[in-house]
Amino acid sequence: MKANSLKRFNGWLALTLLVCLWAGQANSQEMNPQVTLLDSLNRLKQGAMADREQALEQLGEVNHPRTLTVLQALLNGKLYQVASNEQLVIATEISEGYQLIDAITGEDLGNKPRSEVNKINLTNTIRVKLRKLIGQLELKSEDASVRLAAVNGLIKATDDNTLALLRQMETTERDETVLEAMQMIFALKDLKSEDKAIRLTALVTLKNFNNQEVVNRLNVLMEKDSSGQYLETDADVRKQAKLILSEINARIQFYSILETLFFGLSLGAVLVLAAIGLAITFGVMGVINMAHGELMMLGAYTTYVIQQMMPDHLGLSIVMAIPAAFLISGLVGIAIERGIIRFLYGRPLETLLATFGVSLFLQQTVRSIFSPLNRSVTTPEWMSGSLQINDFLSLTWNRFYILVFCLMVFVLLLQILKRTRLGLEVRAVAQNRGMAKVMGIPTDKVDAMTFGLGSGIAGVAGVALSQITNVGPNLGQAYIVDSFMVVVFGGVGNLWGTLVAGFSLGIANKILEPYAGAVLAKILVLVFIILFIQKRPSGLFPQKGRAVEAK
Amino acid sequence: MKSLLFSHDKTGVVVLALIAGVTLIVPLFNLIFPVDSPLHFSAYTVSLLGKYLTFALVGLSLDLVWGYCGILVLGQGAFFALGGYAMGMYLMRQIGTRGVYADPLLPDFMVFLNWKELPWYWFGFDHFWFAMLMVMLVPGLLAFVFGWLAFRSRVTGVYLSIITQALTYALMLAFFRNEMGFGGNNGLTDFKDILGFNIQSEAVRLTLLFLSGSILIAAFLFSRWLVNTKLGRVVTAIRDQESRVRFLGYRVEMFKLWLFVFSAMLAGIAGALYVPQVGIINPSEFSPLNSLEIVVWVAMGGRGSLYGAIIGAVLVNFSKTVLTGLMPEIWLFSLGAAFILVTVLLPDGIAGLLRKRREAEA
Repeated sequence: MKANSLKRFNGWLALTLLVCLWAGQANSQEMNPQVTLLDSLNRLKQGAMADREQALEQLGEVNHPRTLTVLQALLNGKLYQVASNEQLVIATEISEGYQLIDAITGEDLGNKPRSEVNKINLTNTIRVKLRKLIGQLELKSEDASVRLAAVNGLIKATDDNTLALLRQMETTERDETVLEAMQMIFALKDLKSEDKAIRLTALVTLKNFNNQEVVNRLNVLMEKDSSGQYLETDADVRKQAKLILSEINARIQFYSILETLFFGLSLGAVLVLAAIGLAITFGVMGVINMAHGELMMLGAYTTYVIQQMMPDHLGLSIVMAIPAAFLISGLVGIAIERGIIRFLYGRPLETLLATFGVSLFLQQTVRSIFSPLNRSVTTPEWMSGSLQINDFLSLTWNRFYILVFCLMVFVLLLQILKRTRLGLEVRAVAQNRGMAKVMGIPTDKVDAMTFGLGSGIAGVAGVALSQITNVGPNLGQAYIVDSFMVVVFGGVGNLWGTLVAGFSLGIANKILEPYAGAVLAKILVLVFIILFIQKRPSGLFPQKGRAVEAK
Repeated sequence: MKSLLFSHDKTGVVVLALIAGVTLIVPLFNLIFPVDSPLHFSAYTVSLLGKYLTFALVGLSLDLVWGYCGILVLGQGAFFALGGYAMGMYLMRQIGTRGVYADPLLPDFMVFLNWKELPWYWFGFDHFWFAMLMVMLVPGLLAFVFGWLAFRSRVTGVYLSIITQALTYALMLAFFRNEMGFGGNNGLTDFKDILGFNIQSEAVRLTLLFLSGSILIAAFLFSRWLVNTKLGRVVTAIRDQESRVRFLGYRVEMFKLWLFVFSAMLAGIAGALYVPQVGIINPSEFSPLNSLEIVVWVAMGGRGSLYGAIIGAVLVNFSKTVLTGLMPEIWLFSLGAAFILVTVLLPDGIAGLLRKRREAEA
């Protein structure tokens, strides 16, 4: 402590001199914020330590809209200086050189080669201070979400200065979530208070927060030190903390169940997407399409190709890929039906073999065109990352979108089968082929369209798959056994059965995973289905009435 | 037996003679002619021929259940691989202290995984007779349990095919796990001895070839006899009209079950003969694709004729060897095309083609 204050005193002497110097400058510039910003930045670049600290402090005071942007760029090593005229710029690395914008005005300055700009380097001490300064500036930001992030960033490291600042901010803060976050920090601080009553109130406040740090700190209260003494000396506080901790833990458990449910549903959504096209070709037409997985693969490759064609519009390319994949896989499906399957109706085992041949053919074609290596499809920004609900529950966006997408496809398909002419004809042919033909339904055409529909949906499923796995020639094989299992488990010829089966298998998988590991969970689910089919050969929802006889 | 053989069809006899020829001539030539003679078969050729013979055996086993009983098993490769693993375990135990880690008790991969003792299911595999018993028992038992459940609840047709595929897929995933204690990803390899003889030596290779051929012939003759017994006739009737056979009072599921178990055991034996000749067994043998390939051999050769399966297995594998050697990317194209063409244009396979030609001549 003493050595520190001595150092400070020495620094102070030097500083006073400098401040006098600087004050003169500042006055002459009539405190124009832009000039002050530029000036303090320039002083930050070099010079004595104390001078730089002074510059930092000044930066905290300056009221300029771009301060935060510039400081963040500085911290991230993106602030440069043009060698010729010492202009400060924010640079983004591009393939050749940098793309520059003026640090102060934000004006676009075009591209420059690497050699014409110099990076502004920071020492570690400055970096630490800079980080703190940015945190403080963020606390004052206009944007509530920035403020919230800044407050949350302070949870682990609160010193007296920031705490004072926070107390001051609290009086003016309007946003409720930010206020809550602040209250949590205060309560955490209060836990260390000498006064038992304050500690107890702090505990009551903390009860409602779902935060890892709160759990950690409460756990600390229960711990004993090396001599066997509780770190928290008061038994009442310990008791209260224990109570609250168990309450929070119950909530954590609840969230983890929710999370398992979500991941199970999203895995189920993938299974349903993969299986639902199969449910049509297998369930409605009685055709075992082993090339189904490869039709998904084609959909995934379509996404890849479209993304390659329009690299600047990631989001749009995904949206465009949906109809494109539907068309391509659907057309390939129709070609398979017209070329091969129509010769094999009534011989399901033979369709299995022939379509397996098709699947090998498609795999090798893709391997020859795109190489056997995996291709990666970039996920657009709005689909990446996750929705952080609290410390214990976060939902990944891509999984969420796939879940929504799956339900959309399901509803759409159901409507097509229920309300359109094609759907009516498909159902008629499925129920009684001969009778349908007599009634004037062109069964050949209906067969081709049904198969095309099922295949097209496989393609659409492929678009979704491209967002969660690598796109490679073996993509389809990984899903074919699973999707057959889903269809068979749900009951052939029953779309709702497929939906229920897919979701329940997905959830079962995710529930088992923590105990058994991913692979064993999958094996267990497979074994379960194998046994289940022995018990109920026609699946969860067997067809009843005439549909059974027609088969 | 003799009359049964000759009265039925000539092609079967020709195939049989060819196998017997290979089985006898290759070892004989290699004994008579010196190593540098052009009539001396290289180690590569001997192993290759031996491999084809084991494939023919597994094809034959599938033809029994598929061709004669109409059960399309998409997991025959699982029984083949299980037999292979049983043999591989025996061969692993024979390595003894010659492994990389020279552990007196544990195989290398277990030392690598830091295991302290041998898992219980490895006990007994030091003995050849025990391993050979397991080669038949393990696939037989799996087939028994699986078949008992499936046939009793009358799972038939496509459903059965798909769950057999799920079975082999589940096994593949299981064997890929290191925790299973079967070498995980790498499987079992680096074999040294079989019954005290160096597994790389020519004498062992020739013996294995001879054994593969003899067992194939024996299995062929036995199956031929089997399908012509009353049991065989009932089985064929089940294939054509399952419910009618049931109404006549036969216990359909029992017939199916025993045939299935027998076929699984044959496949297990094929696997056990295969492993010492190729020197490795790993979980990819369980992959659904392998089982489907077996189906193609049988479909191409023509099911329900037994010799067709042998022709198909040898022919398809020979073209695989040639094509993957010349231009690997063509292989899957041709295999795919074979699947499609055979099912659409040649539903009875090569055997059917030969039969038709003979009928036309007659």
